[in-house]
Amino acid sequence: MSVPAPLYLSLSAVLFALGTVGVLVRRSALIVFMSVELMLNAVNLTFVTFARLRGGVDGQVLVFFVLVVAAAEVVIGLAIIVNIFRARETVDVDDVDLLRG
Amino acid sequence: MEAVLFAITAVLGVAGGVGVIAARQPVHSALGLLLALLSLAVDYLLLDAQFVAVLQVIIYAGAIVVLFVFIIMLLRATGDAPRARTAVPPRAAAALGAVLAAALLAAALTVRTEPGGVGADYGTVEQVGRALFGPYALPFEAASIVLVVGMIGAVALGKRAQAIAVAPARAAPGVRAQDAPASRLAAGGAGEPEG
Repeated sequence: MSVPAPLYLSLSAVLFALGTVGVLVRRSALIVFMSVELMLNAVNLTFVTFARLRGGVDGQVLVFFVLVVAAAEVVIGLAIIVNIFRARETVDVDDVDLLRG
Repeated sequence: MEAVLFAITAVLGVAGGVGVIAARQPVHSALGLLLALLSLAVDYLLLDAQFVAVLQVIIYAGAIVVLFVFIIMLLRATGDAPRARTAVPPRAAAALGAVLAAALLAAALTVRTEPGGVGADYGTVEQVGRALFGPYALPFEAASIVLVVGMIGAVALGKRAQAIAVAPARAAPGVRAQDAPASRLAAGGAGEPEG
């Protein structure tokens, strides 16, 4: 590990911020989802970096669980997006605001 | 050598991230995501996490991005429709992202811990597997339940999608798509033969 840990954490911070901006500015539900994946991956990088710093594998095990949850989340989320598209011919998150009341 | 590799993957990863949020075509966003994910896999290798790196390539780059591309193809999705008003103005979002990045960077740069040495078997499938099936056995079982629930949910949602797709064609004009299955049920209840 010749690269200092703060550099990895900085890369993770930049990717997380990029994901946040993507969630805020994009209206296609698919791209919002991809941005969420980007944020999850940024956090995974933090987990792996701290696991290496501590010399344990607990952080890597947590990354495994994040992967599992992310996989389930993507499957369910994309199924919902397909349902919305079939019912309303759009995947624009601003058009699907019925819960707003 | 490691520093050069890290610099390359950092540039590629950030480029991929910018590609995800800036591309006009959803397929280009998916490719940007793929680039970012593969760069992160290389970073995991640099951090001695072989198992996580392999999982990253197989699950994220292999399965999740393929699922995204498949859905993009299925929906013939295009980019955002031009619109005067957005929920969050892009400039405000960019400013917010910059503030968030600055805060996270400030926190990241305070880390002073020096990494200790690790054995040759650090991060291998064996070591992570022993942790998974030892102290983390219960969460591991819970994760398998999450996956099963996800599978069942996807199948159930897929079936409902077929019902919704059939309904609007039979519904009278003006009937909203959400109401259509109910009206079809009512028609069936009145004794009219289907089809």
